[in-house]
Amino acid sequence: MTAAPTLERPLAQRAPRRTPRWQLRLSAWLPVLTTSAILLAMFITGQAVFGNFFTSRLISSLFLDNAYLIVLAVGMTYVILTGGIDLSVGAVVAFSGIFGAQLLQTGWPAFIVIPAIVVSGSLIGALIGVLVQVFEIQPFIASLAAMFLARGLAYVVSLQSIAITDPAVTWLERTRFQLGGGWFVTPTVIIAVLTVAVSVWVLQYTRFGRSVYAIGGNEQSARLMGLQVARTRIAVYVISGTCAGIAGLIFAAYTGSGYSLTGLGMELDAIAAVVIGGTILTGGSGYVIGSLFGVMVYGLIEISITYIGVDSWWTKIVVGGLLLVFVVLQRLLVARRKR
Amino acid sequence: MFADEPVVQMQGVSVDFGGVRALDSVSFRMFPGEIHSLIGENGAGKSTLIKALTGVQSISAGTIRVRGEQTAFTSPADAQRLGIQTVYQEMDLLPNLSVAENIMLGRERHGRFGINWKLMEADAERALDELGLDLDPRSALGTHSLAEQQLVAIARALAARAKILILDEPTSSLDQNEVSELFRVLHSLRESGVAVLFISHFLDQVYEVSDRLTILRDGRSVGEFLTSDILRIDVVSRMTGTRTRGLPSPLVADGGAELSAGAARPFFRAHHVGVNGAIAPFDLQVGEGEVIGIAGLLGSGRSELVRLLSGVERSDSGEIEIDEKRVRLRSPASALSQGVAYSSDNRAVEGIIGDFSIAENILLALQAERGWLRRLPKQHRDELVQSYMTALDIRPADPEALVKTLSGGNQQKVLLARWLALAPRLLVLDEPTRGIDMATKAEIQRLIAELAANGMSVIFISAEFRELVGLSDRIGVMRDGRLEVVLENDDLSEDRLLAIIAYGSQAGAGDDAESDER
Ligand SMILES: Nc1ncnc2c1ncn2[C@@H]1O[C@H](COP(=O)(O)OP(=O)(O)OP(=O)(O)O)[C@@H](O)[C@H]1O
Ligand SMILES: [Mg+2]
Repeated sequence: MTAAPTLERPLAQRAPRRTPRWQLRLSAWLPVLTTSAILLAMFITGQAVFGNFFTSRLISSLFLDNAYLIVLAVGMTYVILTGGIDLSVGAVVAFSGIFGAQLLQTGWPAFIVIPAIVVSGSLIGALIGVLVQVFEIQPFIASLAAMFLARGLAYVVSLQSIAITDPAVTWLERTRFQLGGGWFVTPTVIIAVLTVAVSVWVLQYTRFGRSVYAIGGNEQSARLMGLQVARTRIAVYVISGTCAGIAGLIFAAYTGSGYSLTGLGMELDAIAAVVIGGTILTGGSGYVIGSLFGVMVYGLIEISITYIGVDSWWTKIVVGGLLLVFVVLQRLLVARRKR
Repeated sequence: MFADEPVVQMQGVSVDFGGVRALDSVSFRMFPGEIHSLIGENGAGKSTLIKALTGVQSISAGTIRVRGEQTAFTSPADAQRLGIQTVYQEMDLLPNLSVAENIMLGRERHGRFGINWKLMEADAERALDELGLDLDPRSALGTHSLAEQQLVAIARALAARAKILILDEPTSSLDQNEVSELFRVLHSLRESGVAVLFISHFLDQVYEVSDRLTILRDGRSVGEFLTSDILRIDVVSRMTGTRTRGLPSPLVADGGAELSAGAARPFFRAHHVGVNGAIAPFDLQVGEGEVIGIAGLLGSGRSELVRLLSGVERSDSGEIEIDEKRVRLRSPASALSQGVAYSSDNRAVEGIIGDFSIAENILLALQAERGWLRRLPKQHRDELVQSYMTALDIRPADPEALVKTLSGGNQQKVLLARWLALAPRLLVLDEPTRGIDMATKAEIQRLIAELAANGMSVIFISAEFRELVGLSDRIGVMRDGRLEVVLENDDLSEDRLLAIIAYGSQAGAGDDAESDER
C-alpha cells in the first residue's frame, strides 16, 4: 500500500444496488392493494352467502348508486394529499342541487344551468383555498365556515324540495348504455369514471399533481424548492369544490330533485372512502384509484346490509370499524417505513 | 478570473425579526467565475443573508441587484427563474417522493402525455453521477441517510445549471471524500463562469475552495477579502471580535487517552449484535469514562450501528449487557432507563421542538426521566439551563426564546445541551458538532472530555478525523456495514484512519495496537 492513501470514489466502486421496480412500487401501493383485497373478499363472501351477488348487474348499479360519491372522493383525495381537509362538500352538493333545480324551474335552459351548478361549487372551493392559503386559516375551520355558508345559501334558495323535470338532466341518470352481459352504464357513471381517469393522469403525470404530493410531504421544503405552493394549494380546493358541484349535479339527477337538506354528513362519507382507499390523512401519500376502491367498499357494505336485512344504521357501524382498521394499518405502515 | 461586474450586489440590506435585527445594513457581492465564502459564527446571520437574497425573507432596508437589475423576489421560485439555485441549510427535501423527483421536480421533462418518468429518472441519474453518487433514483428519498439526502439536495441545485449557486453548509454531514468530490464539481463550475456562494464552519474548506470571503459578525459585515490576502488567524479574530485572541484550539488540550483510567472496567457489552443484511454482527465493550469514536464513510452503517446500541433500532441477533445483566433496549425510552441516551444527527426530525423555548428543550429529557409529576425545582432548572447556555454559548442568550427562531448551529447546541444535562452513563451522539462553529466546537469537545473524566462514557460519530483522533480513547471503523476494527487511540494518525476506511484493517500493515474485539 502507498504511504498516503486517497479515496478514489469508493461509492462508485460499490456494486449498484437496484431494487426491482415492482418492489419499490409495492410498498407505496400496499394500502391500495389491501383495499382491493378487501373488496375482492367482500365479493367472494357475498357470493358464497347470498348467491347471485358477484354479478354484472350488481356491479353496474354499485357504480350508478355511488357515482356522486366517487366524484366527491376524487376531489377530496387532492385535498387530503396536501394534508388538508374539505368539510364543505356535502353542503355544496345540497346547494348546487337546489340552486340548479330553482334555476330550471324559473325557466333557465339546461345548457346554462348545468355549468352554473358546477361553477358554484368551484367558487366555494376557491373561497376555501384563499382562506387557507392567503389568510392562513386551518383547512378544518375554513371549510367548516364554507359548509355553513353553502348550507345556509341552500336554505335561502328554498326550504322545499324542488323536482327536476328537465330532460337534459334526467337524461344523465335515466339513459342506460347496455354493454351486453347485463353490464350497463349511465352518463353519470361515465362522468364519474372520467373524473377518476383524468385525476390519475393529473396526479401522476403533471407538475401540478406532483406538487400536490410535495406539499403533503413537506410544505416548507416544497416552497424552498421553488414549487408553486400557493397556486397549487388554492387549486386543490377549487378542484374539490368543482367535484362537489359535479357531484351535486349527479346527485340531483339521481334523486330527480334539489333539496336543501340532502348531503348531510356526505363529506364524512367521502373522507371515509379516501382513508379506506389508503390515502394518509397527514398528506403526501395515496392514490385516486384507492379512493375509487374505497367508495366501492363503502357501497358494497351498504348493499350487503340490505341483503342481510338488518337496520341500515349497521352500515355506519361497519364503515366505522373498517375505518379504524385502516387508520391503525396506516400507522403501522408509516412506522415501518420510518425504521 | 475576477471578472468585471458583480452578478449579485446587496447594498445596506437589513432584516428584522420582530425587535431583533438579524442583519444590519450588510453589503455583499458575488462575481461570475468565483467562489465566495460567507463565514461567521453560529447566529451571525449567514442563512438570513441567503434568505434575503433569494426571496424567502423580506428585507426591511437596502437594495438587491442581480445582474444589474434591482430585484424584489417574493419567493424562492422568483429567484430560481433568474437563475439562482440554492441549497438551504434546513431544506429537508421531500421524503415521500423519489430521489429523481427531488432532483428534477420543477424542471422535469414532459412527453406527449405529461411527465416522462423514464427521462426524468435518467436525468436524475446523470446529476447523481456528477457527484459520484450511486443512489437508485426511483427509491423514496426518505429511505436514505441524512448525508445522502444532503447530497441529493446539492445534486438538485447542480442539475439546474444555474449561473448563481448558493450552498448553505452543504458539507456539514459529508465526509472528506464527498467533500472533495463536491469541490471538484465547484471548481469546474467556476471555470464555466458560475458564481458560487459557499458557507462552511470549516476554515480548511473555505481556504481550499474559495477565491473571496466575506465575514459576518452579529449581523454586520466586517469585511470582504480575497482569500489569498488574509491569514486564517485574522479571519478568526474578525469572526469572533475581541472575544478570542488567536486560533481557538480545535481540540481538547490533553488528548482523550489520559482520561481513560476507568476504561479497564467495561460496563456495557454488545455481543454479536447485528441486523440481517445491513449490519454484520459485532462485539463492542464500553468502559466507564471511555470515549469511543466511530469513523466510516457515508452509508457505511455508522449511524445504524449507534442506533442499535441505543435502542432506536432493533437488532436481529445478539444481546446487550449492562453491568453483567442482559438488557433489552426496545426503544430510546427503555435505553434511557438503563442510562443510555442517544442524540440523533437529524435534529429537525428527531429531537428539537421548534415551538418550545430553549429552556424547555434543554429540560425535556431530564424532566421526562424524572417523570412529569416530579417537577424540577425552579431555581435548579434555571441554574442548569443557564450553565449549559453559557458553556455552549447559545445565542440569543434568552432561555425563553423559541427554538425555531434560532440559527441552525444554535439549535444543534440546544439539542446537545439536552443530553449533556441528563448526564447519562452512556451518551451516544451522532455527529454532535455538525454545523457548529469552531470556537463552540472546541468548547463542546472540552465538555465531552470533562464529562468522560467524571465517569460518563461517550460513543460519538464524526466525519472529522481530527476530532476523532483528538477526543477518543478508542476508534471503531465502519466499512460496508461491518465494524471493521476497534483501535486503541495512541498516536493514531489521521492518515492511518483514512487508510483503514479506504482499504480495510489490513491496510498499512498494522503497527497500531488493535484491540482484541471483533
Ligand atoms: N424566524 C426568526 N425569528 C427570530 N429570529 C430569527 C429567526 N430566524 C433567525 N433569527 C435570528 O437571526 C440570527 C441569525 O440567524 P442565522 O440563521 O442567519 O445564523 P447563521 O449565521 O446561519 O448561523 P448558523 O451557523 O448557526 O447556521 C440569529 O440570532 C437567529 O436567532
Ligand atoms: Mg445558518
